[in-house]
Amino acid sequence: MTTERHAISVTVNGVRHDKTVEARMLLSDFIRHELLLSGTHVGCEHGVCGACTIWFDGFPARSCLMFAVQADGHDIATVEGLADNDKLSPLQQAMHEAHGLQCGYCTPGILMTMSHFLASNPAPDEQAVREALSGNLCRCTGYQHIVDAVLLAAERMRG
Amino acid sequence: MKPASFKYILARTLDDALAAKTEHGDEARFLAGGQSLVPTMNFRLAQPAILIDINPIAALSGVRDGASIRIGALTRYRMLEADPLIAARQPILREALPHIAHPQIRNRGTLGGNLAHADPASEMPAIMLALGARMRLQSAANDRWVDANDFFVSAMETALRPDEMLTEIDIPDSPPGTGTCFMEVARRQGDFAQAGVAAIVTLGADGKCGGVRLAFCGVAERPFHADAAAQSLIGGDGSDDSFRQAAELAMAALNPPGSTHASAGYQRHLAGVLARRALTTAHARATTEVRRDH
Repeated sequence: MTTERHAISVTVNGVRHDKTVEARMLLSDFIRHELLLSGTHVGCEHGVCGACTIWFDGFPARSCLMFAVQADGHDIATVEGLADNDKLSPLQQAMHEAHGLQCGYCTPGILMTMSHFLASNPAPDEQAVREALSGNLCRCTGYQHIVDAVLLAAERMRG
Repeated sequence: MKPASFKYILARTLDDALAAKTEHGDEARFLAGGQSLVPTMNFRLAQPAILIDINPIAALSGVRDGASIRIGALTRYRMLEADPLIAARQPILREALPHIAHPQIRNRGTLGGNLAHADPASEMPAIMLALGARMRLQSAANDRWVDANDFFVSAMETALRPDEMLTEIDIPDSPPGTGTCFMEVARRQGDFAQAGVAAIVTLGADGKCGGVRLAFCGVAERPFHADAAAQSLIGGDGSDDSFRQAAELAMAALNPPGSTHASAGYQRHLAGVLARRALTTAHARATTEVRRDH
């Protein structure tokens, strides 16, 4: 057993953080417990539910399937970075208006997954949205309203 | 923190990584994409004493052109999906990639990590078997190539020795007149396949089937090539009947494990239906390919 700690420097939502971590600390736990950014949720902790989805160097990834020590020198975006102060992002606003959340537990992961999806797919059809959502589980089973919200956001973002 | 404690070694070069593996052997695991290893560590099914993180080793990543295609073991699925060389020369990979988990997983997961993990339900091992790919296994002292058929030993078991790393995958170009097809059935998009099949058909100058490969995932303890079924099609004209008979030969050769969601009988049935459809599609694509060449 070792309690060796590693110094890491991680940029999260544009802010640099210098910390020391145990090797076994999951990136999801680091974000929540060390950086106190509790918007990233932890569901299954084995890569199935998608609640912990963040962006790692600009691409969505499961933060429960990475170690914090691997984030040294890398760039992370979490749900806290989506809004511009009090102004919600188009997808956040659409989720609000289309009732895209019930309990809200899966919402941060869905926002991170689908924000990236919309950035590279400005005019998706419903089937494409559903496939893109397939890696994020909503146990309230409220998928229809989430799909509606993503399509609404896409429409608005196209202007 | 769910995983057990481990010692973390960051390898910046292949030499460093191989030296660490030589020193620590089975106590150490390589950390590539981590999309299979980390879940097993979170469950504590795996408790490696040491992780050797190979992510910084740029030389292990990328698709290289040549007489064959060489893919660095650390190449992420996302990169393969976007690679024009893969789309043009090995369309079966491009066809199969969207079936592998979800974009979030494909952004991290690597081809080499997947093959070394050797999950029999996984798509890529079956495709590598169908394509006749070779795996490069390197250690500090040794450098050898192993055929896909010899690489996959059993469930989660490969020919890798304790001091070796899978560093590169070599995929030979298919002959002219080749058509390929990958199909699978899963409960949801991105789930593990209940059955999946990779079919490759090469037509000879006479328009008859000159070469056929038919490999399955999810229905055996390792990727399975249906030799008799493939052999039965050689010299034939690719009729519906011949594909139906080949599918039956494949079904007879399979002894699927069954699971909560699919009984062994259902898996065998799926494998047969998929085999027939995939062979039909691969044959049609080969025919188109031949027409394009003339």
